[in-house]
Amino acid sequence: MEHTVVSASKFNAWFGDNHVVKDVSIGIEKNQVIAVMGPSGCGKTTFLRCINRMHELIPGATAKGSLKLYDDEVYTMNPIYVRYKIGMVFQRPNPFPNLSIYDNVVAGYKLNGLKMAKADMDNIVEKSLTSAALWKEVKDSLHKKGTFLSGGQQQRLCIARAIAMEPEVILFDEPTSALDPISTSSVEQLFHELKEKYTLIIVTHNMQQAARVSDKTAFFYLGELVEFDDTKQMFTAPADVRTQNYITGRFS
Amino acid sequence: MEARIRIRNTKSILFKGVIVFFAFLITVPLIIVLLYIIKQGVTQVSWHFLTHVPAPVGESGGGISNALLGSFIMVMMSSVLAIPVGMFAGIYLSENPHTKLAYYSGLCVDILQGVPSIVVGIVIYFWLVKPLGTFSAISGSVALAIMMLPIVIRSTEQTLRLLPPSLKEAALSLGVPYHRVILKVIVPCGFAGILSGIMLSIARIIGETAPLLFTAFGNPYLSSSITKPMESLPHLIFTYATSPYDEWHNLAWGASFILLMFVLTLNIITKLITRKWNIQL
Ligand SMILES: Nc1ncnc2c1ncn2[C@@H]1O[C@H](COP(=O)(O)OP(=O)(O)OP(=O)(O)O)[C@@H](O)[C@H]1O
Ligand SMILES: [Mg+2]
Repeated sequence: MEHTVVSASKFNAWFGDNHVVKDVSIGIEKNQVIAVMGPSGCGKTTFLRCINRMHELIPGATAKGSLKLYDDEVYTMNPIYVRYKIGMVFQRPNPFPNLSIYDNVVAGYKLNGLKMAKADMDNIVEKSLTSAALWKEVKDSLHKKGTFLSGGQQQRLCIARAIAMEPEVILFDEPTSALDPISTSSVEQLFHELKEKYTLIIVTHNMQQAARVSDKTAFFYLGELVEFDDTKQMFTAPADVRTQNYITGRFS
Repeated sequence: MEARIRIRNTKSILFKGVIVFFAFLITVPLIIVLLYIIKQGVTQVSWHFLTHVPAPVGESGGGISNALLGSFIMVMMSSVLAIPVGMFAGIYLSENPHTKLAYYSGLCVDILQGVPSIVVGIVIYFWLVKPLGTFSAISGSVALAIMMLPIVIRSTEQTLRLLPPSLKEAALSLGVPYHRVILKVIVPCGFAGILSGIMLSIARIIGETAPLLFTAFGNPYLSSSITKPMESLPHLIFTYATSPYDEWHNLAWGASFILLMFVLTLNIITKLITRKWNIQL
């Protein structure tokens, strides 16, 4: 299992007394796209935010169990280092409104006060924006504010910002739910290219999207990981009746 | 039906008329006051007026340089005292709105905002002027700083609270430590709001007389020593306007005009700041 990047075993998370993620065990392999699905409120976001230790920032939120990045326990690592290694893209595009497009891309370096030669920084900006399929559109306006871009462009800028840190894993929480269809398809396109270098974990409510972009799908229900299998398998012959009900739309 | 709609329309028009009338009603006296101050004051102002201390009774000429310098020094000192404290307190309040400490300090800020400025002056008199043994610019600045604090705190808090939480999350998810998230992302994004709060608080205190009566007092000579009594524009206006001499009244009018211009400029700058630097979220 040397290809396993993120693995959880008997992992639990709470908001106060509210047990939200229950005994989740999962092994996620390198360079794959994982779709995370399940009804609203089943703990998808919470689980995702546990992986880069954003969960614990909410007052009263706790987590327990084993969660590893390669062989290291995420919960004994420095959370700041964890977040360097595991990037995150949010539901709504959230570029820094006070920063230019250029500075948004290297925000992870600049905001952390990491010093770097201008040439290296230029390099990172171009590479990250190219990987996020945004370079051509913005290369002449790098010094405009990031918020001047369209929603879809902003989301790709946020992806570029995550890529710029050279993470191992990128977490996406419903990354296209605030985007129009055209922007959505451009972001989906990107997933195929990004998985060459990174491991992607994508929460989505859109089954077609999961089918289009993911290699494997994890189905959560009431905080449990009910099923985790190849996406094709899952959508054609789900093993668990709850998965089947969800996919056929018998509950939402 | 038709008739009823017509009645409603008439009522709407009437209502609009009433609010326009009252808007007009409050504008007119304000403009009259402004014009009167300008008319009385503008003729006094000259280079000589700005660069000389008041002339003794009976002599013509003289100016308000001592008050200008004094107001400037004391506003600067109270800003240095109040702005950092106010900003940090405001950041705390916006970041931790539900703690006990936030509740009680928020309450104190509200009370402080309601404390009459003369009371602030008396308190500082007993706390600083008496122990130090003399009226001084320091005491005056502390009194003004206390007047500034609640405005700076509340404007910082309210500005920062309007920022979306997603902004903070974006920074945290990049591994940025909390203090840098606040200093490099949250405060810069709220900068326009915080700065305009600061400007308004300065506009507020620059005309305060009461807290200075027992603290900085006044000084007919040009003085930049912060341990000595110091003149200020509002205090000069107060003493010279209540004197029996016509020349001194004119001096007070000139000073009023200058003070008015300051406040006006500060307000205009504030408007420009919010318009120009406001960050599109
Ligand atoms: N900040 C919070 N404080 C307290 N409880 C929370 C918080 N966020 C989520 N919860 C609770 O945790 C549970 C799981 O929420 P979570 O956001 O993980 O669901 P989700 O699967 O992402 O749902 P959705 O599909 O609607 O995004 C919900 O019952 C919710 O009420
Ligand atoms: Mg969610």
